[in-house]
Amino acid sequence: MSGPGSRSPHHVPPARRIVPHLKPTVVEPPVPQPAPVEPAAVMASPVAAPMAPAAGDTVVQRPPAGLAEPGAAMAPRAGAAQAVERMHLESVWLAYGDRWVVRDVTLPVRQGEVLALIGASGSGKTTLLRSLNRLTEITAGAARAGRITLDGDEIDGLEVNDLRRRVSMVFQQPNPFPMSVFENVAYPLREERSAQRRRRRLGLPGRGPGRAEMQAAVAEALRRAGLYDEVGDNLDRAALRLSGGQQQRLCIARSLAARPEVLLLDEPCSALDPISTATIEELIVGLRESVAVVIVTHNLQQAMRVADHVAFMHLGELVEYGTSRQVFGEPRQQRTREYVSGAFG
Amino acid sequence: MASAAPTVPAPAPKPPPGLYRASLTRDSVRTWPLSDRIAYLLCWGVGIGLCLIAVAIVVFFAVEGLSYLSVHLLFTHENASPNQSSSGGILDPLEGTLILTAVAILIAAPLGVAVGVWLSEYARPAWLARLVESAVDMIAGTPDILLALFALVIFARPAFAFLSSRSENGAVVGKSFLTAGITLSLIAMPMIVGSTREALALLPNHLREASHALGKTRARTVRKVLLPLVRPDYARGATLGMGRIMADTAIVIYVLGATERLFSAGGPFPLSVLRGEGTTLTSYVYQNSPAGEGFAPQKAYAAAFVLLAFVVALNLLALFIGNRGERDRRSVWRAIASLGGIRRP
Amino acid sequence: MSGRSGDWRTEWALRAAAAALLGVIALVFVTVLVEAWPSFAHNGIHWFLPGGEPDQEFKAMITGPQDPAHAIWTFHAWPLIWATILTTGFAVLIALPTAILAAIFIVELAPYPVRRLAEPTIQLLAGVPSVVYGLLGILVLAPWLEATFISQGRKRSVAYVVQLTGANLTLAALILAVMITPIMIALTVSALQTVPRAWTEGSSALGVNRWRTIRRVSLRAVRPAILGATVLATGRALGEAIMLNMVAGSRSFAPNPLDGTTFFFEPVQPMAAAIVRYIEAISVPTVRHTLYALGAVVLVSTAFLSLASWAVKQPLKRYAARA
Repeated sequence: MSGPGSRSPHHVPPARRIVPHLKPTVVEPPVPQPAPVEPAAVMASPVAAPMAPAAGDTVVQRPPAGLAEPGAAMAPRAGAAQAVERMHLESVWLAYGDRWVVRDVTLPVRQGEVLALIGASGSGKTTLLRSLNRLTEITAGAARAGRITLDGDEIDGLEVNDLRRRVSMVFQQPNPFPMSVFENVAYPLREERSAQRRRRRLGLPGRGPGRAEMQAAVAEALRRAGLYDEVGDNLDRAALRLSGGQQQRLCIARSLAARPEVLLLDEPCSALDPISTATIEELIVGLRESVAVVIVTHNLQQAMRVADHVAFMHLGELVEYGTSRQVFGEPRQQRTREYVSGAFG
Repeated sequence: MASAAPTVPAPAPKPPPGLYRASLTRDSVRTWPLSDRIAYLLCWGVGIGLCLIAVAIVVFFAVEGLSYLSVHLLFTHENASPNQSSSGGILDPLEGTLILTAVAILIAAPLGVAVGVWLSEYARPAWLARLVESAVDMIAGTPDILLALFALVIFARPAFAFLSSRSENGAVVGKSFLTAGITLSLIAMPMIVGSTREALALLPNHLREASHALGKTRARTVRKVLLPLVRPDYARGATLGMGRIMADTAIVIYVLGATERLFSAGGPFPLSVLRGEGTTLTSYVYQNSPAGEGFAPQKAYAAAFVLLAFVVALNLLALFIGNRGERDRRSVWRAIASLGGIRRP
Repeated sequence: MSGRSGDWRTEWALRAAAAALLGVIALVFVTVLVEAWPSFAHNGIHWFLPGGEPDQEFKAMITGPQDPAHAIWTFHAWPLIWATILTTGFAVLIALPTAILAAIFIVELAPYPVRRLAEPTIQLLAGVPSVVYGLLGILVLAPWLEATFISQGRKRSVAYVVQLTGANLTLAALILAVMITPIMIALTVSALQTVPRAWTEGSSALGVNRWRTIRRVSLRAVRPAILGATVLATGRALGEAIMLNMVAGSRSFAPNPLDGTTFFFEPVQPMAAAIVRYIEAISVPTVRHTLYALGAVVLVSTAFLSLASWAVKQPLKRYAARA
């Protein structure tokens, strides 16, 4: 296959499966270890230049006038845990048809922190998010180049449904199923049960959740999503009768039910009122210790409130990546500065 | 500082080789568990199987029918003769089918469109509208044999003598193209009313508002603006209705008389034919089958083939009228669903 | 041209047309019920019960005394009712899973070019006239059925009661199933197409494969529509007369389940088919009223089915969005 340089930039070379001959492997999800406690500053994994955050990021800068006061997330966490890298994107390119939507993005996704993808509409941030659980494949004509790994494994080599159980997504519009609250949250658990039953047949270790375990798991997921207090008395009520904020928290609970390693949130609060938004933001910050969180948001203030690391994208390219203090406080790139100060958006 | 729109970035690096293009089917069936794969195969099997049945029916009747059909057969009248090959052709039933369909659709189409327009644009008083809707729905679900029963008794009353002829002893025969046509129009009516109503309901309101703002009465609006826009839709409803009329047998046999030839009642042409009895392809097939009087399977096949050809042609015509794609295909499914009866269960 | 009065005229004309249609339709139903009443009045509850064989009872009506005082009214419709229940029941039993699988195939699984071909082909099945189905059944399928499944021994086993041919319950149910499947497919396809993408995409994002998404989310969401489809198909099956008259055996015989597998090969005559069989004799008053009575039962059954389906649908809609 001749190199891409010889063709027009719009030409998409024919497909080559990265791992064509292997049956997709089913990998036991590793039990999330509590991240070791270490003094703040140095991030373990290097990120490709030139976007690497400055090592020893301890200098506190005052944000330029006009931005809100930094919230709790921006202050250095006392005894902050070291984040464990769960996913890694390396030179990821995404195209729909012959149009490049994402170009050469390299990013880490770490458990123990919230990563916010910000940028104007059409910057490719949602597409990038959807590629993390291979949801881009639903669209005909989507293509991808580059590596995305989950705990070291290429996600193309994993069975796609297994991948999506480990990397879970919450959408912009709450989409609970037309079932009861319990059934909604139990939905991925039932999949998990049949998946583990299959593994047992294949001789691999694993035990499916029984009825009591399922009820416990549902309750736990609802607690983690902050919804248990409101619906715990009657889990059989119709999910579609809940309010918008409750429905979105239900969707979060549903995504958390199968204990994913990574949680993807696509502008989860854009359809909600401010109070529900605040509840969910609190939730997100609380979840970051157990799940790697990636959130796409339009709302700069929200990104400042919840994010630890921020990736600013523009027209498909990753313009700047760094801690939220650094990106909002002292952005290195001109375009970042413009976006953060509201010059465009 | 506020700057102008962001500058065009430097030329992006070319994408590396090894592009992974997602295939159209998002997750490969090969990775599914066995029970799911069986279900997948079953769906395909049933789908293809039904198609094969339809094709087999058409092919079978084409083969059998064409072997007996000839131009001679198509264009000669039936005459009684023990020798099958010289006993004449199916011109009478053919004429009968065409005449009867024409009569029925000429009654059903204008009335159906009128009622559809009234239900959609006026519908006052509301109780009358609801009654009319329910009546149309109920007649859609009424078996044709019941309508034949009704017609036999009603049209035998002297008040309706003008629609048919009188027999020797003065009793009203009650069987004629007119009476059968009226009865058959009831069968096609629901499809036409339904398609007109649905199409009008889909038209955006600003069309009506704009027309009223220009001072046009509602009648003019309907006539000049709305009706032309929905012409493909009620044409499609009428085409499918014609298919249903042509396919009907019970009413034809018992309300048209199922005679060998078209008989003329008294009066000027064309009333003489219309008030007379006759036969159509459907009753011809029935009569020549073991269930009827004669036993002439060859003729039955030939007539059945011609009938089937008409039906297939009408179905294809209905698909291509307007041909606005997905919406049209869906409306054909809905029209077929009305074959069963009440459209909004 | 005065606009307002023109509009009034049009509205009145249209309203008159609608009212006329309503009048005609109401007349149909009223006539059927009124003409049916005498038969019920003379027989009471026995009209519905076993006790006689309809074929013989019709013959008695036709050949018996014709004056109103001595006309014969006796009628026991049970064999016909039982036949209707059996043929309709089996047909719907076959058609329901077939239609669901076919609808899933059309909406979800078939690639676009296959779908474009498959849809009109299956739609064609709905347009085939019943007499054509009947012809196919009686000339081709019945002899094959007889040759393959009905051995001499089987025939002998019930020869004292009835004669077995290829025209029987099984053939009737099969062809009826083929006739009503397109209606059910139509309604299920319409319903599946309205399932919001948010649900199917959300389910995929949770790691559930396409088939399970359909089964656990889409099908569940369209349960009311499937029930409605079943009701409509049953109504259609109840009213089918011509085809059944040709292939069901035309003997008002009540198949006996205790006959074992032979039960499936016994001839039947559903109610609508019986009407077709005896409509020639409609000039005989008692026959006429009896036929109308049969028609009235069919009519009321269909109406009752719709009512029942509405009642059953309410609990199914408990988890659906509040409209």
